[in-house]
Amino acid sequence: MTADVIPVHQGLGEPAAAVLEATDVVKVLGTGAGQVRALKGVSLSLAPGELTLLMGPSGSGKTTLLSVLGCMMTPSDGTVRVCGQSTKDAGPEQLAKLRRDHIGFIFQSYHLFPTLTALDNVRLALDVRGQHGWAVKARAKKALITVGLGHKTKSFPSELSGGEQQRVAIARAIVGNAPIILADEPTAALDSKNGHAIMEVLAKIAADPTRAVLVVTHDPRIVPFAKRIVRIEDGSIVGEEHRSEGRGISDDRGTGEEHDMKKREQDFEDEDSIKTKRVRMQR
Amino acid sequence: MTLMVQPFARSLAFKLARRNLFHDRLRLVATVIGIVFSIVLVTVQLGLYLGFGRMVTTMIDHASGELWIMPAGTKSFEDPSPLDERKRFTALSVTGVTDVTSVVIGFAEWRLPGGGTTPVFVIGSDVRGPGLHPWNVVAGNTDALSVPNTVAADQTYFDRLGIKGLGATAEIRGQKVEVVAVTKGIRSFTTTPYVFTSLDRARSYTGTSAAKANFLLVQLAPKADVEGVRTKLRASLTDVEVLTQAEFHDRSREFWLFDTGAGAALFAGALLGMIVGTVIVAQTLYSSTKDHINEFATLRAIGSSGGYIHTVIIWQALINAVIGFSIAAGIGVVIVRMTAESALPILMTPGLTIGLFALTVFMCVISAISAIIKVMRIDPAMVFTR
Repeated sequence: MTADVIPVHQGLGEPAAAVLEATDVVKVLGTGAGQVRALKGVSLSLAPGELTLLMGPSGSGKTTLLSVLGCMMTPSDGTVRVCGQSTKDAGPEQLAKLRRDHIGFIFQSYHLFPTLTALDNVRLALDVRGQHGWAVKARAKKALITVGLGHKTKSFPSELSGGEQQRVAIARAIVGNAPIILADEPTAALDSKNGHAIMEVLAKIAADPTRAVLVVTHDPRIVPFAKRIVRIEDGSIVGEEHRSEGRGISDDRGTGEEHDMKKREQDFEDEDSIKTKRVRMQR
Repeated sequence: MTLMVQPFARSLAFKLARRNLFHDRLRLVATVIGIVFSIVLVTVQLGLYLGFGRMVTTMIDHASGELWIMPAGTKSFEDPSPLDERKRFTALSVTGVTDVTSVVIGFAEWRLPGGGTTPVFVIGSDVRGPGLHPWNVVAGNTDALSVPNTVAADQTYFDRLGIKGLGATAEIRGQKVEVVAVTKGIRSFTTTPYVFTSLDRARSYTGTSAAKANFLLVQLAPKADVEGVRTKLRASLTDVEVLTQAEFHDRSREFWLFDTGAGAALFAGALLGMIVGTVIVAQTLYSSTKDHINEFATLRAIGSSGGYIHTVIIWQALINAVIGFSIAAGIGVVIVRMTAESALPILMTPGLTIGLFALTVFMCVISAISAIIKVMRIDPAMVFTR
């Protein structure tokens, strides 16, 4: 594996192909004496078919940038364009629509709904889009199969291991065919084996030429999966690294895909069935 | 604020609301108890209000006569001011009037066969003509009231009157009377038993002069213009009021319910019940929303509209309402049955039932406002920090 370190310069990427584009983004948090410039003129674009890592120390502005890119906040200055649409002057409902239509989220602590099954957790992402019915159920099931959880559609989050819960969260993020997937520390709560598996799934999603995946992480173990690494410090992007190929991106996306999926499901089944039994016994 | 309640069979919003509620059963039980307490309280108060309202006008409602002539300033049926009975003949001379019946009312002392006395409210009118006669007769015959010193009494008051039924005898104002007709369910809100008799006996029992009556009940010719006849009656009679049956009904009801403060007290109780219920539901919905704040923030983060989240909360409120109302309605039916034979029965009409359900839903939806306000303030970015 090779890594071409390129000089720091913000605003990299091809604007024509970018699905998410931030230009000179400034974000000021707080008021008065407690005011902080969390982002100081960040420019970043995400192109489909790429898995980008956003790395940086605590307090560097990663989460703020993710919130701005994810249309949860509007920038104090600068522009963010999501699939060509600017977030400038957008109200909460317009931002929600942008998220609904274009962005899938994966969170560090999964944020699944404990009272809903895995299938319903995934369906929820379509439900909020006003999509209901059997076809939607089938799509949600397909998304769970994609992440290797086709056999756990009826399980509740409490019956799933951490890795499985995160895979449900990934299925929820991809089921709506969002062109942008934003993941916040998706492996932080997982052991290395599960973390590795999650990154494999994300790398596979990023290999889709219609999707861009941005992963905010501290975890150096997942660096090999990235095509691109953006480093942020003190609210500014301080470096960007393009890698020739991410490890998780398999060339074998044709007939071998199903085989890989089954193998992955089998691997997880062995470990997860033990965990599930443990949870049930505890109940 | 968009409040679209999506079809629950298809949307997950209903499922999520239901699961959120049933997930914390202790809280659900507390909420339902609050709603049940509130709705039962409102049911009892409004049921009493309806029962009381019907009871205070029962004589007016059962009298036959389109117009009532009464001394000016009469507040209710139980207000026994006398009027000159010669006015009856004046009224009879008005075009459109076919008959005028005198009605005499008043309190009298009933001497129990076994000793002791109890007050009774005597009602007398011409036995043969239209007027005010006992109804719901379960034993005997009202025609027998034409025989001197006979009365009709309600079986509810047999114990109070010290009698056992038809043929029983007692004394009113020192005159021996015999019960020749027994009625069922003619109860007085004053708890003083009603006793029906003939016009002349009523005068005798109440000490009313033969030239006096308390009301004149006017029967009109078919197709007679009620307003026209009333105007003529007003012009030809002095010191009286001429009211339609509906007007006298309303006046009597208003006097007993509002002028005496009885109705206001019942309404205050109902209002208190509503406030208690609303506060309880609001408090539990708010704390439930607070407990599920991460989930609502996640919904917001994955792009749900404000309307979708409000729908979840409104569904929670509606589920609370349906469960609470169902239990409260069951308890209400038991209470209605238990009080059916009492001096002041609680009334439950289809209209009141529908109204109470609407009130429960309204109360629960209003209660959801605090929860909705809480949710509206959610910062979806909080999902990154929790």
